[in-house]
Order: sequence, then C-alpha cells, then structure tokens
Amino acid sequence: MTGTLAEKVWESHVVRRAEGEPDLLYIDLHLLHEVTSPQAFDGLRLAGRGVRRPDLTLATEDHNVPTTPGPIVDPVSLTQVETLRRNCAEFGVPLYPMGDAEQGIVHVIGPQLGLTQPGMTVVCGDSHTSTHGAFGAIAFGIGTSEVEHVLATQTLPLKPFRTMAVNVDGELPDGVTAKDIVLAVIAKIGTGGGQGYVIEYRGSAIEALSMEARMTVCNMSIEAGARAGMIAPDETTFAYLKDRPHAPSGQAWDEAVEAWRALRTDDDATFDTEVHLDAGQLAPFVTWGTNPGQGLPLSASVPDPESFADEGQRASAARALEYMDLEAGTPLREIAVDTVFLGSCTNGRIEDLRAAAGVIQGRRVADGVRMLVVPGSARVRLQAESEGLDRVFTDAGAEWRLAGCSMCLGMNPDQLEPGERSASTSNRNFEGRQGKGGRTHLVSPLVAAATAVRGTLSSPADL
Amino acid sequence: MEPFTVHVGRAVPLRRTNVDTDQIIPVRFLTRSSIAGYGENLFNDWRDDPDFVLNDPRFTDASILVAGTDFGIGSSRESAVWALTGRGFKAVLSPRFGDIFYGNALSNGLLPVTVDEAATKALWELIERDPSLAVTIDLGAKQVRAASLAVPFEIDSHARWRLMHGLDDVSLTEHHTARIADYESRRRPTMPTTGRRREVS
Repeated sequence: MTGTLAEKVWESHVVRRAEGEPDLLYIDLHLLHEVTSPQAFDGLRLAGRGVRRPDLTLATEDHNVPTTPGPIVDPVSLTQVETLRRNCAEFGVPLYPMGDAEQGIVHVIGPQLGLTQPGMTVVCGDSHTSTHGAFGAIAFGIGTSEVEHVLATQTLPLKPFRTMAVNVDGELPDGVTAKDIVLAVIAKIGTGGGQGYVIEYRGSAIEALSMEARMTVCNMSIEAGARAGMIAPDETTFAYLKDRPHAPSGQAWDEAVEAWRALRTDDDATFDTEVHLDAGQLAPFVTWGTNPGQGLPLSASVPDPESFADEGQRASAARALEYMDLEAGTPLREIAVDTVFLGSCTNGRIEDLRAAAGVIQGRRVADGVRMLVVPGSARVRLQAESEGLDRVFTDAGAEWRLAGCSMCLGMNPDQLEPGERSASTSNRNFEGRQGKGGRTHLVSPLVAAATAVRGTLSSPADL
Repeated sequence: MEPFTVHVGRAVPLRRTNVDTDQIIPVRFLTRSSIAGYGENLFNDWRDDPDFVLNDPRFTDASILVAGTDFGIGSSRESAVWALTGRGFKAVLSPRFGDIFYGNALSNGLLPVTVDEAATKALWELIERDPSLAVTIDLGAKQVRAASLAVPFEIDSHARWRLMHGLDDVSLTEHHTARIADYESRRRPTMPTTGRRREVS
C-alpha cells in the first residue's frame, strides 16, 4: 500500500470500517495513571464491564506523587493513588507504584521498558502520549470516557487525522537541541496549527537525533495542537529497542525489524500540509508568554504586543505580558528567575540529565535560585546515580529528587509560589501551570542549566 | 447520556483566545476520584478577578459559552468538560477547539459548536448588548440563532446522530465484539504484553 507512515499504521489497525462512521481502531498499548482513570473504572463497574485486555494495559503513579521520600500527605491525593491501586488489583491491570524500580512518568517508562514499538497504536489519558510517536507509533492522548472505552473494548472509534509533514533539514548549531526544534515549530505554526493533524517529523536534522531527543520533539506535538507526532523508525530506533525487557528477541526480533523497516512514508505519498525548517538557522529558544507558541530565540527581546498583525494574537500577547510581569523590549537574557526545573516527560531522560550536568559541573547554582532536578523515572534516577550525576547536581546546590511529573504541573507538592518565575524544561507555560500565579519560561536542559548558574535566562555560551 | 436536540439559553461572551484546559480547571483540583464537584472550580483562578465575565451577575445563569479561537487546548483532562457541565453549560462556541477537548465534550453531551470568527464577534456584540437574549442551538438544523442572526455550523454526521440519540460509544462498539476478536486473532503474536519482565533490583 502507498501512503504516509501515519496512514500505514492506521490502516493496519482498522477493526471495522463503515460508510459515514468513524473507523474502529485497535489499541496495542493502553497506559494509565492515577489522575484520569478513576472515573473510567467507575464507569466499568457501573455497567458491569471488565477490562478486555489487562495484558495490553499498564498503570503507574506519576502526576500526583511527591518527589521527596515519604508518604503522600494530602488526603485527597492519597485517596486518588489508593483508588488506582484498588482498581488495578480488581481488574488485573499491572501497576508500577511509587517505590517500584519501574515506576516513573508514564511516557518515560513505556519506551524504557521497550513496550513502545514501531507501528503500534498507543493511548493514555494524557495529552503527552504523543511522545511515543518517536518510535513510529500512532500515539495520542485521550479523555477519561475514551479510557473507559479502551478498557472495555481495546478499541476506539476515530475519524482519520489529516497528515502534516514537518521537514527539518540541515545541521543543528552547537547548543541547539530537540527542545529548540519543537519550540521553533510551535512558534511557527501556532498552538492551533496542528489541530486535526498527525505530524510526521522528517528530514536530516530529525534523522540525526537520538531516540530520547526524538521523544522530546514528538512530546510537544500537542502544544502545536496536533494530537500525535511521529518519526519513521530507523537503525537508531532499532538499536534503542534491542534487548529492552519487552522487545522481541531471537528470531522474533529479526522478523519484527523486517516489518518495522516497511514503516516509512512512500516517496509518492502526499501530505495534506507541509512545513519546512532549516536546522542551521535555529538557536536556543525560550518562551516569553503564556502559551507554548509564544517563544523566541534567546537573543531576542520581549515582543511588543502591537507588533502582532492578528487582533487575537495582539490581545493574547498583551495579556501574557501582564501575567508574566514583563515589559516589551526587555532582552530575554535579562529576565531573572527564582526557580529552575529540570525534568518532565519532555526532558526528564538520562540524556537530558547528562546534558545539564555537563553544563553545571564545577559551577554553582546562583544565589537565590532554587534548582529542582527530577528524573523521569526510577530507572533514570538509578542510572544517573550510577554515573554520579546526582552528585554533580547536589554539589552545585541543586535538589535531587525522586521520579514523577513534579513541577511540570502544579498538583503535587512541587509548585511555584504566586509571582515566582521559572525556567522549566517542561512543556506548558500556561497561566498557573506550575502553581497558582507562577510564571514559566520553557527552555531546553542546556538553557535550564546555564540559567541556574547565571540566574537569568542564558545559554551555555553565556557562561 | 441525555439526548441533545435543541437548546435555548442565555450565553456568556468569553473574549479570550487560547483558553487552555488548565484555565478551565486548574490542575490542583484534579485530585478528585469522581465526576461530581468540578463545577465549583470552573475557571477558578480567573474568578479572582472581579471583572471576569463569569463573575458578572448578568451572566451567572448562562448555559452557552461563546469563546475565542483555540478553546480547550492543552491537557486531555475530561474534568474541563465536567467543570463546564457541572456549572450548567450545554454548549460551547468557538472558531476552533483543541482536538481532545472536542471529543471529550461530545462524550458528555456538551455540544462543541464550531463557528467562524465573524460569527463569534457578532454573537459577542449581541449578548453584551442584551445579556438576557435567548440563544438557540439547534443540532437538528445545525444552526445557532440569536435575535436576527442565524449561523450554520458543521458537525460530523455520526457524532450528531449519537448526540441526538444520547448514545454511549461503548454500547455501540460492543455490537462489534466478534470483529474485535477476529482482529485479535490476526495480530502478530510477538506484540508486547505488559506483565512484569524485569525482576525488581
């Protein structure tokens, strides 16, 4: 069959197709966490339904957990986590709870375990499920009603997405990372530019990325409005997967790799939309506003709202500057932060920690700045500790934490206070996202580390 | 789910674009384990501002929200929909919606109505001039009506049929259980399963 990567994966999962109806799509992997699943299990119980494929379902605790040792203090949060444990036990769903060596952010553990594989369909009640698309899977976030639907039937009724190619060619300059690519993409197409699309990231700059960097790119597809982002599997993908706990082995491995090699967009296939970026022109990117599309190269200044031609963008920028307490014309490099957060499903993997540690080694976190380093999973933490990265961070004055979503979202104890400002490697700079009244600048791990040292938004080149 | 055919109610103008789900329901309220109660915290942090439109007594009993473009972007939290329905909203109008929010709204019988920017502005002006104005959302006719204004809207025909009959997706899919089983019998047997593979170290 001729088509795009997305169309090929879609077609191979159609259970039922009928005129005028959405396709019924089979789901290969369903990931669960404590926040968006309790009402889905309640729905099953109410209707007397079971979980069709607990063996294709995996749960962990990530959003609502503390990243310091000890129990959950907030009783409502504790109830939510205990509810997940009870639901998993009742319905036979495997669970990696707090304290387990496999626990971690749901989008970090799936790939790390080798559960996310090319050509699969992956869903989770979390919009950053797009992360798994880095393996050439169709992976997207779903609501709780859809979680219930997948639990009950292992399928979802869906209308096909439109297809968008984001071509990034050329070579990234030194100090420019996957995070900067995706922030530049979002700034270019806007927070709604990808709505209704699945994005395929292509081009020499994407092919040159490691798997972890590809995950960073796909992770933020949703911030451009696209429910899913994908990258065609290649030798980098296969090398990452080989010998992972859930990857096929022996003859099954060879057969799987042969099948995965066919997962490419054909030369004569067409996308509904194409976007081009020159990697050589990219620079470290930071956001200045309250949505991920409001970003600029670090060398720029806070924009004047009046400079936006579109009326909606003008109003949005004016409101953002007020919330962020920024003045038009201020160089971004002069913006001082209170907090630096290194972690999340976007940038909480071992390569992210290594990159930041490389910058911060032998230096100190600036006076008055708090730096939180939160590994994306317990395995990432153990790996980092075996490499001595934890000591690099703590010697510099940063806090070394347990795995979880942490300050990416202000629902667990790690939050900004009202008026505090962060440089954060997470994915959303929405008002209050990291705590009520908190102000967020999205950055790469390299920029986060340099910012921690200087106390103002900075890149390693500024040190 | 209750069927949705025609709804007549008052509307509230939310003159903002990029209203993400973190604004609709801040994440710190997502610790609940049931659907009830989210309405209390709808737009919680914006409500601190006395000038916020939902604090305006003229709009407190509105059941239709008219918002700027890119409404419901961001997080997949269905509680954003539960917060709106919990406050009595039946329909949300915007030139463009976040994909996941749109699907979540349909799952809960909250009608997401896509109308263009010109129609959105026209509605804002009408309801600001007369907050008591009756606005009609007619799903059968695929039309929004207010005073002399009549705006057509598009919606997927299958989604519309489900809403008009109040049908639940799971029940519909259960008619195809045999097909699901057939598909499963054809899956590559070495596809991964989730049981623990690595011993705890």
